[in-house]
Amino acid sequence: MLQRLRENKSAQGTLLALPTTVWLFVLLIIPLILTLIVSFGRRSPDGNVIYTFTLDNYIRLFGYSTACPDAQASCYDPLYVNILGRSLSLAFNTTLFVITLAYPLAYFIARAHPKQRNIYLFMVLIPLWTNFVIRVYAWMMLLRKEGAINIIIGWVMNLLNIPFTPFEMLYTPGAVLVGMVYEFLPFMILPIYTSLEKIDVSLYEAAADLGANSIKTFLRVTLPLSMPGVVAGTILVFIPVMGTFIVSDILGGRQVILVGNLIQRQFLDARDPTFGSAASLILMVMTLIVTYFYTRKFGFGEEIVVG
Amino acid sequence: MTSEFAVEMRDVVKRFITPEGGEIAAVDHVTMQIKNGEFFSMLGSSGCGKTTSLRMVAGFEWTTEGEVYIEGKAMGHTPPFQRKVNTVFQNYALFQHLTVFQNLAFGLEMEGAKEDEIKKRVGHALEMVQLTGMDRRKPKHLSGGQQQRVALARALVKTPDVLLLDEPLGALDLKLRKEMQLELKALQQQLGITFIYVTHDQEEALTMSDRIAVMSNGKVKQMGTPVEIYERPTNKFVADFIGESNFLEGKIKFISKSEARVFVPSLNTELVGMPISEGLVKGEEIVVCIRPEKVRITEKNAINQNMFRGKVANTVYIGADTHVFVDLQGTRLKVWEQNRISRLDPKSFYAVGQEVWLMLMPENTLVLKKD
Repeated sequence: MLQRLRENKSAQGTLLALPTTVWLFVLLIIPLILTLIVSFGRRSPDGNVIYTFTLDNYIRLFGYSTACPDAQASCYDPLYVNILGRSLSLAFNTTLFVITLAYPLAYFIARAHPKQRNIYLFMVLIPLWTNFVIRVYAWMMLLRKEGAINIIIGWVMNLLNIPFTPFEMLYTPGAVLVGMVYEFLPFMILPIYTSLEKIDVSLYEAAADLGANSIKTFLRVTLPLSMPGVVAGTILVFIPVMGTFIVSDILGGRQVILVGNLIQRQFLDARDPTFGSAASLILMVMTLIVTYFYTRKFGFGEEIVVG
Repeated sequence: MTSEFAVEMRDVVKRFITPEGGEIAAVDHVTMQIKNGEFFSMLGSSGCGKTTSLRMVAGFEWTTEGEVYIEGKAMGHTPPFQRKVNTVFQNYALFQHLTVFQNLAFGLEMEGAKEDEIKKRVGHALEMVQLTGMDRRKPKHLSGGQQQRVALARALVKTPDVLLLDEPLGALDLKLRKEMQLELKALQQQLGITFIYVTHDQEEALTMSDRIAVMSNGKVKQMGTPVEIYERPTNKFVADFIGESNFLEGKIKFISKSEARVFVPSLNTELVGMPISEGLVKGEEIVVCIRPEKVRITEKNAINQNMFRGKVANTVYIGADTHVFVDLQGTRLKVWEQNRISRLDPKSFYAVGQEVWLMLMPENTLVLKKD
């Protein structure tokens, strides 16, 4: 038996993949199916699920009330569509800002002396040692009306003799964006760094040798060769930003509600798991669609390796 | 062409800071004049300064002292992309994200060439290196030899005045390397452009070069044609580094305008009629140098002068040649005999312990200064 396994490479592979497969099946596939079933159900008055087949939850998500007597136009309420749109645009903006901030830093680290690289990478990773929620709370301390940022600006303005009244930065879309960018920055820096660091120095020399100045070398050689890192980073940032609710909960308060918050509230506050399930699935489908088109355009970066 | 020399290095020094904070001269007062249309090689073992010298011509490094001239123009801090030289890199440095065509077109696009012209020139360059039809492939899908050709074509398509080649054949297997050596040489003659070729492989340098600079420790030890380098090394380092040599330490007893008489203590005898070289004086400690294939070995004593009796210590058959090691009163000399006859009969070899006579013909020996 063991002898046969030793010779059978494909059986070895199956065996190695088995634990994860079971894990994923029990904890991903089954819950997903359950979510799908629940999303077609109806909430009972006491907050339980009545298993039936209705599209009400989805109809409600897209703004049409089932309680409306004759489907008038005035009955259309884009509340949830707006939440979905806000989540999507916040995820786009966060990813864009994160790339803009992460790329130059990753480039700098990749071109630094090998001894210093580790120190810089270490510094990038330090924030991750602190709990996610605590880091978001730290931003609360910074952005509050009585927070550090207002104090410092006030202090500088005072020196310059310009009148200044502290203003509220907390509970604004900007605060959520700042928090998101901060939280997810390392997940963009690391993959971009990895792909930049892999580029052989002789390629830069070859580009220069063939007549490219540093800007052209960057655009024609460095950037395309580091795209796998940008793609990987984008996937690592975009998907979690779409679903997370902690940042918007703490820094956005009731002002900035994202899909994540919506889902959380359906399950915990509103006690409507059927609507929450529908929202979860729509979130997943939206993320999949964006990721699909994105990776179809840019790939997963594998073409650099495989060709 | 405005200058007689395609590339000139005048008293060039390149110092690097070592990790310990010290300074090391990778290139130490090197002066070279490379003529237009010449196939010039820099030959030496790793760390001799050959690659650093080439990189200073390419513009990847700047000189610490001295100056590099290309076509008579001082290069100073001119960046690589403004120098009319192109490089074939040791690891090829092909752009993996681009096809073969795009790799070749890269340099032409940087010049601002038109699409038609790019197509024409790339096609021509691919034809030159026999890669027609490969233009849509990615470098990863090519063999080592093909990648090497792409690297060559990518540099040549720019029609540089000078092509710099940094051990371009190092990664190829022996047979392919030999083929490429001849191909490169033919290509250089056909195109008539200057090649500066860096290699640690002496056979490669001897095969292809018009002239060779033998380098060691950042210095040029000798510069000359392959024949000069091999037949008339000017110092013990070159005699030892290029090919193989027998060395006998001695002292000049007598010197005239045309010949010298040398006393060799280890053989307790004098060599007469030795050729002289510049700067030798009477009483100087020197080394007598003779190539193993130039020592005559016989079983009988024929002439008396410069003839020594010895005993065969060992014979090694290596196919084309047989290497005979002969002990002359404690000094061991290598003698290479070409196998002009079939060696199937074991008796055709000298027997170990057999008495033989070695003749050092004056025209085949060199008297060199001790390093």
